[in-house]
Amino acid sequence: MTETTSMQLVPTLSEEELRLIDAEIAHVPYRSAVAIDALKIVQQHRGWVSDESIKAIASYLDMSADELDGIATFYNLIFRRPVGDKVILLCNSISCWIKGCDGLQQKITEQLGVQFGETTSDNRYTLLPVTCLGACDKAPVMMVGEELHEDVAESSIVRILGGSTEP
Amino acid sequence: MSLDRPLTRNVRADRSPTDMAAYEANGGYQGLKAAVGKLSPADCLEILKDSNLRGRGGAGFPTGMKWSFVPMGDKCSPGDKYLICNADEMEPGTFKDRLLLECDPHQLIEGMIVAAYTLQANVAYIFIRAEYFKAAALLREAIAACHQKNYLGNNILGSDYSLEIHIHASAGRYICGEETALISSLEGKRANPRAKPPFPQVSGLWGRPTIVNNVETLCNVHHIIERGADWFKSLGLTEDAGTKMYGVSGRVKRPGCWELPMGTPVREILEEYAGGMADGYSLKGFLPGGGSTDFLVGEHLDLAMDYETIGKAGSRMGTGTMIILDDKTCPVGFVKNLIEFFARESCGFCTPCRDGLPWSAQVLDDIQHGRGRDEDMDTLARQVKFIGAIGNTHCALAPGAMEPLQSAMKYFPEAFEQHIQGSCRHCSGGGH
Ligand SMILES: Cc1cc2nc3c(=O)[nH]c(=O)nc-3n(C[C@H](O)[C@H](O)[C@H](O)COP(=O)(O)O)c2cc1C
Ligand code: SF4
Repeated sequence: MTETTSMQLVPTLSEEELRLIDAEIAHVPYRSAVAIDALKIVQQHRGWVSDESIKAIASYLDMSADELDGIATFYNLIFRRPVGDKVILLCNSISCWIKGCDGLQQKITEQLGVQFGETTSDNRYTLLPVTCLGACDKAPVMMVGEELHEDVAESSIVRILGGSTEP
Repeated sequence: MSLDRPLTRNVRADRSPTDMAAYEANGGYQGLKAAVGKLSPADCLEILKDSNLRGRGGAGFPTGMKWSFVPMGDKCSPGDKYLICNADEMEPGTFKDRLLLECDPHQLIEGMIVAAYTLQANVAYIFIRAEYFKAAALLREAIAACHQKNYLGNNILGSDYSLEIHIHASAGRYICGEETALISSLEGKRANPRAKPPFPQVSGLWGRPTIVNNVETLCNVHHIIERGADWFKSLGLTEDAGTKMYGVSGRVKRPGCWELPMGTPVREILEEYAGGMADGYSLKGFLPGGGSTDFLVGEHLDLAMDYETIGKAGSRMGTGTMIILDDKTCPVGFVKNLIEFFARESCGFCTPCRDGLPWSAQVLDDIQHGRGRDEDMDTLARQVKFIGAIGNTHCALAPGAMEPLQSAMKYFPEAFEQHIQGSCRHCSGGGH
């Protein structure tokens, strides 16, 4: 921390983050009840949730950092490590498996040079598996950021993830 | 306006969302107007009970009966009661709630208002999975539009009833869909299921009376109040009432999701709506309602898709969205994919699930990759017995995981045997 922060309760959370967290706190009976919302808010602003952020959120919500970390690490869409600009969520549940998601995974790995859990060296993408995305009639499917791609063919991976080449 | 397809009457071919104006132009919010301030909550509950509506989240529990456990009036200690909509849809092979949420968000909101009024809950939540960004945005818009019309907020339409609906977008994990785990998650905790009793109806969110219902269940409520229990019962072809969102995925000609009369025969759904098997594939078996239901096979095609009939055949209708196993897909690989899913999604609270499911997955992996031994079949049978027994685990995730495994061993033993002998015709023939 560069500035003097002794006057501020929570030095590492921004005004905007605090405002959004406060709005959640307004309709729950105790502060720690918004733990998951707060983690999501901070992640939305910073891309991921660092140790520093865990401490800052925990102190703001009157809970211990360990307790909050126990919550953060439970949920697969709270990222405790930096992720790329966009997260690829590749569905590998049953209907997508029948329709060839393993082939898609291979294709993505060829194209981006990353396995599940890894981020491209240009920091554009992180590849993760995800539970059934509820679009089984359009299998195989995957999400890139907030966008759902349906009936994905191996041949369309290059177009969908266009540009980024590795290694 | 078609009366026999109440849930999908606003669903357009391009699946574009229905807004407030279009929803009202097609008869929307009439159920709300018929109920709030006009009928007593007790009258609404009676109609619901008479209708035989059963929960569409998988277990098929009668909705009216579930609601009747919520303390009403003087019998309820002072404080809030809660209604929660379970929009966590993650059961493998299930894709019905997404359609209802994205195509007709107002229908869910109207159903929730009438449900919350019946329960006299003043706060309701929609617990929606993180990945349903589009649906969450549409629901926020719908809620805002309702506030403008005073369908939500204080003193709805001049009555003494008030309601707020909040949206909670989740942060992942399949177990959040289990209703007590969902409540833990909504309280900001790890999504571990809770012991029952006490049941949520008595002590749920923040220790207060709480009802958790599936999206599709709630979408039915105002239609029933508006049109009556007899109308609802007349929609079903068999004992179970209403319509059902049925789906088919896998190697069929037209995978999809359709609202059909409850009790429509499996064959009709598969052949008329899904167009039959894709060219070059034939049917080997199917899971009737999501990844945690037992396999059924060709001899079951003429059964009615309803809770009773599918239950009697040794499976469960579950979510009503079938997953097809074709003749070119290896049953061992199919089941391994499911078991790996459940092992990954275990919340880790109890040992049979946390340690047992990865063990099952390992045994299946060995079998699949030619490392299997004859005694592996006994190991799997023992796992099915211990992990699958209700009461050995803290929630239904682990027993549910065993359903496709035990039934695959029953119906397709040759697939396991061939693998153990190193000669699976699916896996050597270019299939999975
Ligand atoms: C592991 C597990 C996951 C579940 N996931 C969901 C889900 O995503 N959506 C849902 O509505 N019900 C789900 N359920 C069922 C709920 O526990 C609960 O029974 C249901 O929401 C009740 O609603 P209903 O009575 O309207 O069916 C799940 C159950 C288990 C055991
Ligand atoms: S059965 Fe599995 S998911 Fe359910 S409580 Fe036990 S460990 Fe958690």
